[in-house]
Amino acid sequence: MLARLRQWWQHTGGLELKDYHKTASTQQPVRKLSASTAEEIVIPLQQHTGQPPKPIVQAGDFVYKGQVLAVANGRISVPVHASTSGRIQALETRPIAHPSGLNDLCVILIPDGQDQWGDQGLPPITDYQAVSAECLHQRISEAGIVGLGGAVFPSAIKLQRPESSPSPITTLVINGAECEPYITCDDMLMREQAAEIIGGCLIMLQVLQEYTPAQGLNCFIGIEDNKPQAIAAMQTAIDQANDPRLKLIPVPTQYPTGGERQLITLLTGREVPSGSRPTAIGVLCHNVATARAIYQAVVLGQPLITRYVTVTGQGVVRPQNFEVPLGMRMQTLIEAAGGYTSKAQRLIMGGSMMGVALPSDQLPVVKATNCLWVSEPAVSNPPLPCIRCGRCAEACPVNLLPQQMYWYARARDLEKVEQQHIFDCIECGCCAYVCPSHLPLVDYYRYAKADIYAQREARAKADLARERHDFHQERIERAKREKAEKLAKHKAAAQNKTADTADKQAAIQAALARAQAKKAQPAPLSTATEDKPA
Amino acid sequence: MIFGTQTSPYLHAQLSVGQVMAQVIYALVPGTLVLLGWFGWGVVTNLLLSLSLALLLEALMLKLRQRPLALFLTDYSALVTGWLLAVALPPYSPWWLILIALVFALVIGKHLYGGLGYNPFNPAMVGYAAVLVSFPIEMTRWPNPELTSMAQLSFEQTLQQVFLGGLSYWDGLTQATALDTIKTHLRLGETVSQISQGSQFGWLAGHGWEWVSLAWLAGGLWLLYQKIISWHIPLALIGSLTGMALIFWLLNPESYSSPLFHLLSGATLLGAFFIATDPVSASTTPLGKLLYAGGIGCFTYIIRVWGSYPDAIAFAVLIMNMAVPLLDTYTQPRVYGTKGRFGS
Ligand code: SF4
Ligand code: SF4
Repeated sequence: MLARLRQWWQHTGGLELKDYHKTASTQQPVRKLSASTAEEIVIPLQQHTGQPPKPIVQAGDFVYKGQVLAVANGRISVPVHASTSGRIQALETRPIAHPSGLNDLCVILIPDGQDQWGDQGLPPITDYQAVSAECLHQRISEAGIVGLGGAVFPSAIKLQRPESSPSPITTLVINGAECEPYITCDDMLMREQAAEIIGGCLIMLQVLQEYTPAQGLNCFIGIEDNKPQAIAAMQTAIDQANDPRLKLIPVPTQYPTGGERQLITLLTGREVPSGSRPTAIGVLCHNVATARAIYQAVVLGQPLITRYVTVTGQGVVRPQNFEVPLGMRMQTLIEAAGGYTSKAQRLIMGGSMMGVALPSDQLPVVKATNCLWVSEPAVSNPPLPCIRCGRCAEACPVNLLPQQMYWYARARDLEKVEQQHIFDCIECGCCAYVCPSHLPLVDYYRYAKADIYAQREARAKADLARERHDFHQERIERAKREKAEKLAKHKAAAQNKTADTADKQAAIQAALARAQAKKAQPAPLSTATEDKPA
Repeated sequence: MIFGTQTSPYLHAQLSVGQVMAQVIYALVPGTLVLLGWFGWGVVTNLLLSLSLALLLEALMLKLRQRPLALFLTDYSALVTGWLLAVALPPYSPWWLILIALVFALVIGKHLYGGLGYNPFNPAMVGYAAVLVSFPIEMTRWPNPELTSMAQLSFEQTLQQVFLGGLSYWDGLTQATALDTIKTHLRLGETVSQISQGSQFGWLAGHGWEWVSLAWLAGGLWLLYQKIISWHIPLALIGSLTGMALIFWLLNPESYSSPLFHLLSGATLLGAFFIATDPVSASTTPLGKLLYAGGIGCFTYIIRVWGSYPDAIAFAVLIMNMAVPLLDTYTQPRVYGTKGRFGS
């Protein structure tokens, strides 16, 4: 009731869909796929947001499961690990999961079929309460853990000791909303691995408590109320953990409730300021799958080498969830799900609202692959002009005016687009979903954002050039000034000297003669470097 | 397997502009039927003429502008414009009057500005205002519902009136509307209660008009329920008009008509739910809509009471259409995570 009332006076936007298409893929338990039978495992080095890691293996090397293939390189970087044992065949560029079929450097691993861990793994820290935050933090970092909700930002960086802003984290938000239609991997993970997720939450709480000691540190776990089984399982795990800081809060089923900012506002009642991170209001947000990965890394000593992936849609025979070794070819997952149906027309990684369409299924599963949605062909509706009906604005969870942004983006009035706060747009697609004119609104925003970035860059370059030019001008001016001053000084000195002797006259004559002689000579080729633009 | 790639989102609501417009047309049906019950065949001819001419003109303009015919004809926006004009013009309007109104509405008001989505003014009201200022006599005489129902005036007589230059005794069948009568007689020094004794008055407003207005209201509520329109515009328009009417009526009920009279007279409810809600020419922000429709209500009252035209919705809408770009610019809602215009 209160939520309804709140919706009345406060714009929340979002979509309430009739069907979230989640039941199809939640009918059977998650199946574990083994890397050992795969003919090759392709592990892209760059699977996170940030700098790519530096490879430390070579073709021909033998690696164990969990062995480091590349080490973190730079501040925002994480290592990648072998997802099975075998021999490195090559380090080469291969197509990665990107809409344009982009290539990137990958480690090609030929499994030996043993799937053996060897002795190089991370030592398990079973009693994580006994170790320091430093130690846990180190572990999270070296296990290659990134945000598994889709952003793939290195998790350890979000958890690190704050350097400048000492504002303590008071709330840890664990995102189990999973609002995107079709995706169910977090749902299944919560049903099956609730205890590990809660374990991960407790580890994060411990790190936060030590790094940014705060009164009343809480952990809110938000789960959409269309996942009763997940909620039940998680509640049981929370009861078992018996930690008063943990609180499960079912949230209304509405896309995009699982958006980081949307969930934070729903759970804490506070808004994340535009252009800031949630830490600005003392909140940290992690996904349930990330929490589980942290538990596995710390307590079990396993780096991030598998993840839950939903394979669903009308285009596959048996939609279901898999626990997949990273680097496995997508085609293998589809085959495990019974192969394609005759309706398979599009392969989309991620959800139906924000996912990326992939050109082929010969691509490796990466840390960001939460869902493979094989869908029926698109219904193509030719776009009509915007009729300014305002449905898009009603649906926008950020309270933007998509129709106005569209208008200005179309007119390439970038300044106005920016005034409309385009950079607060989270590209959730709600506006394009509801638009009766079938306008590809989000595309316009992507282009406009790219245009504005390009323009900013160009402006920065121009500014730099202007600065240099000004500096150069100033230098010329200064040289002129100094010359003039010198001349004036000389003149004054000359006037002071009254001696007008024949000697002097002779000297002058001689100088003149020298000058004449010099003039006759060819001029030196290049003048001062000053003429060149610096 | 190789797949085609597009960009997100890949799901879309199954709603099109054509469906939106079709709902508007459905919602116009009850009011039109009541109108037909009171005023007879003239409503049928208005509607048939207006709809067919609207389609014809729309097709012609699309052809001239080299736009895909099928795509734009099935957005049904021309039909909505035609329908609105058909019920706004007096029944039994001669064919040329309807044609001229439609030319102004669709050719000048819509396509010369760039067609669907680009017209700053409400096309139907452009057409209505154009014929109102050009042919005041034809526009201010409405048939007397007591004399022109289907039983009293045959279809042949209707055709004669519409196409063949008119019935000789037509003047006897018409009268000024209640709104018009109130205004002219108040200026003669009569009181509201005296004037309301006249035959064109019913139990609250114009005789018969009350029922038509209530039927528009029903259709409008259905549109609200279907979420085709939002509540902002109808509420603000009705609110500001009744608010103004209430103030003056309380000051002097003998020189100013009651708020209810204003609500149920003329095109108030048709305007609040069907005309002012035209999305293209209205403000598009929530606050902007409130101001836009509030302005229409105020101007409607002012023009009705102190202006020289019988009804004022059309002019009020056109005036406020001009303010829309300004309203849209200055009423941007507070974006998530920002301070907003007023710093809250
Ligand atoms: S939903 Fe589409 S048609 Fe409606 S205002 Fe937004 S962009 Fe325009
Ligand atoms: S894509 Fe951007 S503009 Fe559209 S609804 Fe989402 S946040 Fe709003």
